[in-house]
Amino acid sequence: MLDRAPAETSAKDEATRRVRFRGAGFVPASSRYGGWIALALVIAIWQAAGSTGLVNALFLPTPSAIARAIYQLAISGALWQHLSASLLRIGVGWLLGTVAGVAVGFAIGLSRLARSVGITFISALFPIPKIALLPLLILWLGIGEEPKIATIALGVFFSTAISVYSGVDAVPRNLIRMAQSFNVPFATIVRKVIWPGALPAILAGFRITASVALLLVVSAEMIGAQYGIGAFVLQAGNLMQTDQLLAGVVILSVFGLAVGKVIGWLETRLLHWR
Amino acid sequence: MDLIANHITHRFGDLAVLDDVSFTVGAGEVVAIVGPSGCGKSTLLSILGGLLQPTSGAPELRGAPPADSLNPLTFVFQDFALLPWATVEENVEFPLLHAQLSAAERRALVDDALRRTGLTDFRQTYPKQLSGGMRQRVGISRALAVKPAILLMDEPLSALDSQTRELLMEDFVRLLADGGMGAVYVTHNLEEAARLADRIVVLSRRPGRIREVVTVPMTRAARGEAAAREKLLALQNQIWSLIRNEAIDAEREVQHA
Repeated sequence: MLDRAPAETSAKDEATRRVRFRGAGFVPASSRYGGWIALALVIAIWQAAGSTGLVNALFLPTPSAIARAIYQLAISGALWQHLSASLLRIGVGWLLGTVAGVAVGFAIGLSRLARSVGITFISALFPIPKIALLPLLILWLGIGEEPKIATIALGVFFSTAISVYSGVDAVPRNLIRMAQSFNVPFATIVRKVIWPGALPAILAGFRITASVALLLVVSAEMIGAQYGIGAFVLQAGNLMQTDQLLAGVVILSVFGLAVGKVIGWLETRLLHWR
Repeated sequence: MDLIANHITHRFGDLAVLDDVSFTVGAGEVVAIVGPSGCGKSTLLSILGGLLQPTSGAPELRGAPPADSLNPLTFVFQDFALLPWATVEENVEFPLLHAQLSAAERRALVDDALRRTGLTDFRQTYPKQLSGGMRQRVGISRALAVKPAILLMDEPLSALDSQTRELLMEDFVRLLADGGMGAVYVTHNLEEAARLADRIVVLSRRPGRIREVVTVPMTRAARGEAAAREKLLALQNQIWSLIRNEAIDAEREVQHA
């Protein structure tokens, strides 16, 4: 038979007090609607400040004026003209830079020779602001679309290569050893272990490269383009059409948000196991 | 098929880890390797399994593996080494993907391995949804799927709580009962070694040398009986007396490292 522990004894007449809870805070959870409410509030204040004449509409047009400008751009067809030019440059540039960056990143992550050569070059070239290379690229490639696309591709390439080889480096070595212990061939290890293991870092890199591409397309279009959101924003600024200028900025912001959503969706689909 | 450690010596740079270690694991035999922390037990296992090149000496095989063995030397890892993005079924199937097997044959091997480890109902589960013990069962299931001749187990229970350890130990005893599969079992737990092994290789402090090879004088089936407990305890005490002082020195060394 098991021995029972003696019954607990306590001085019942002595007053008790609760242990103070000390574990609050440091768990920031965002509320579902908080951000939208704050945004609506800022827009409302901004609108009120403009409508009452508190802020000069030339320097800061009201949200309703910006919305009108976007609407007019849309119905005139100019929005699509500028947007499609920018999207084409970003799409082609990002794709080229990403394909090359993933290939080089994997090579650096997997090969000793590629690592020793590649990291030296990437370390030397990554810090260069890629927009500074645009004049040189215009000299090399002419004044068409090519130098703008090449600028975007270069900016995307370095960030992608870095995030890919960092992702490959971060794949737990024990998983690779496990695969080797089962005589799994190199190509299968890359496909089934290293690629999915590096994917979180690669997708995080895509978020960065999408911003880089957006930044570079606007900069490149400001330097030398007839069409494109960057060119449109610059022209509007030169003509003091601040409602048009801010309409361009809003379009860029919406584009950035849309890209972020797409990458978020990809992460949910591809990294559901996390 | 026998696995032979043939005068294995290993150094990591200036650090001598193993010094002239030789022993043979016979077909169907379970050999435990014990010794103080840092004596090179896991290094020795990696060398035996071909995952690490020894500085000198070599791991060797004698005799042919069973005809149906897809990976004669198969590891069970301390940290389970499961692919977190793959389900239990996909993890168990992973080492079979490159084998020359039809989908039906692969499926049959996976089903059998899952059944033997009690994982049939968890085949679509992801590792993060499983407890530590269940994760290690997946690791064991994956190892069984390739029909190994010798399991190389690197402290397979050390990351688990004591109750789960006990349950998995019973599983190991059951899996190794028919003598069709041998094992090298690296552990710092002398009770596990005494419960499971036919022979226990006791290594000295770094650089690890063989201090003694102790034969466990009873069958694995008999070790579960009450009468065997005292004998096993005496055996553990005997081994502990061999390594106690060195284990104390090794622990101090680790603390000062």
